[in-house]
Amino acid sequence: MLYAILCYNFEDVVGAWTAAEDALVMARLGVVEAGLAAAGRLGAVGRLLPTTAAVTLRKGREALVIDGPFAETKEQLLGFYVVDCGDLDAAIDVARELAVANPARGAYEIRPLAVYRPGHLSEARAKRSPRVLGVKA
Amino acid sequence: MTIANIDAAWIDAALTAACPQAMAALLRYFRDLDTAEEAFQDACLRALKAWPKNGPPRDPTAWLILVGRNAALDGVRKQSKSAPLPPEELISDLEDAEAALVDRLDGEHYRDDVLRLLFICCHPDLPATQQVAVALRIVSGLSVKQIARAFLVGESAMEQRITRAKARIGAADVPFGAPNAEEREQRLTAVAAMVYLVFNEGYSAGGKELRTRGSLCDEAIRLARLLLRLFPSEPEIMGLTALLLLQHARAPARFDAEGAVVLLEDQDRSLWNGRMIAEGLALIDKAVRHRRPGPYLVQAAIAAEHDRAERAEDTSWTRIDLLYGDLEQLAPSPVVTLNRAVAVSKVAGPQAALAMIEPLAPKLSGYFHFFGLKGGLLLQLGRREEARVAFDQAIALANTAAEAAHIRLHLDRLMKEGAG
Repeated sequence: MLYAILCYNFEDVVGAWTAAEDALVMARLGVVEAGLAAAGRLGAVGRLLPTTAAVTLRKGREALVIDGPFAETKEQLLGFYVVDCGDLDAAIDVARELAVANPARGAYEIRPLAVYRPGHLSEARAKRSPRVLGVKA
Repeated sequence: MTIANIDAAWIDAALTAACPQAMAALLRYFRDLDTAEEAFQDACLRALKAWPKNGPPRDPTAWLILVGRNAALDGVRKQSKSAPLPPEELISDLEDAEAALVDRLDGEHYRDDVLRLLFICCHPDLPATQQVAVALRIVSGLSVKQIARAFLVGESAMEQRITRAKARIGAADVPFGAPNAEEREQRLTAVAAMVYLVFNEGYSAGGKELRTRGSLCDEAIRLARLLLRLFPSEPEIMGLTALLLLQHARAPARFDAEGAVVLLEDQDRSLWNGRMIAEGLALIDKAVRHRRPGPYLVQAAIAAEHDRAERAEDTSWTRIDLLYGDLEQLAPSPVVTLNRAVAVSKVAGPQAALAMIEPLAPKLSGYFHFFGLKGGLLLQLGRREEARVAFDQAIALANTAAEAAHIRLHLDRLMKEGAG
């Protein structure tokens, strides 16, 4: 069974990490990821830019684009993992490992996936910037 | 690193993150900067003791506000025994009160408080350096020592500067009521300018000062993101945040190991911070949808043109020239024209650029970059003696050792070529 592990944390606090603190946490999470990858259990992994970079499309008769994240919450969705786990207990174990690697506050939401399409995007795509055209009105 | 260490770091980060909102709420309550500041510091001390023992509260900001308020009220009661006791609800059991407070603090309530606090810091009576100092002290909660180090002045001098600023704010008639829509817009403009000032204090630091002053850039970015969360649909706040991110992304490449300036075209672009660039570009993308470009957004778009070029020679100077043209219309100033001249020199050559900046001379006679660019253009045109005069003037006006050293390089080259 595939599980999504959704990472929630205080954006303010994570955003206030120094580059060194950030790198340390990422390195420790990287060790957990590498273990899962070596076992052939790791799917897509994503880290999201701050919620200030988000827009939300509200569906309706006429879809409305709103600046900001879907919901103003105390903890924000900051990233996700897709992991292949035998059962829920195994998925919780993975979340526990992640929590040891990044023991700040926050929470991991563990949700089984109903549909999974692995896609074909390479990592380099994340580094490609959006096109910014003229800003003239 | 142990879990306990991480906890200490977490508490530190949580206190920093809560500072603007907590200070703002305490200020609204006490209507006095010093009392609010003491209350917040008191609450932080208590948090350092209580949180490791009891675990962090559900809402750190609400906890700090409530505990700070109670501590300050306690102090007031001790000082004047005759004063009537404060309403019971304010000093009642923390658990219940916290829950109630959290409800009240949810969502938009913070917004006007923080804006008011920031606005107080950029009170028009205060000179810019004092605005920045007070903002860093009150909004960012930096210690006087940290601020003094960033400004390269002594601690007592900075203490005096902040005290004077506070006295001026105290004497002025500071409006504490919730701002109306028009006031909010005016305040937002002033506040955005102040955040930009904080950033520039850090950005204009030389290589050797970068370690202490560079943190001002991080602080400005944090404040800009905070503003953006308070005003998520303001394209100029998106533009401001993007501008700061796109400029700061280049920080690791701006100085060499000796602290000397590395020009944009010579920078090792692999050192640029890709995540900051991605965030800045995403914000521009969002802002452009509003079709209300303002000066920050256009400046961010100019910074983006540089950041998106993988090599210096990939830079689209034509687009940069056009963007500066937009900026000249939105926010005309001789400095903007001077910057445009750099783009013009790349697109149309040094003669055209020189013709463009010569009329600026009376207005920019005290501006380092004017003479730096003028010298560079004259040099390209082979007018060496005039170039030397311009470079000499630039050195006399340099703000940092790194700036002066950079011009001196040009001069040395001129002298050598002249001798050879």
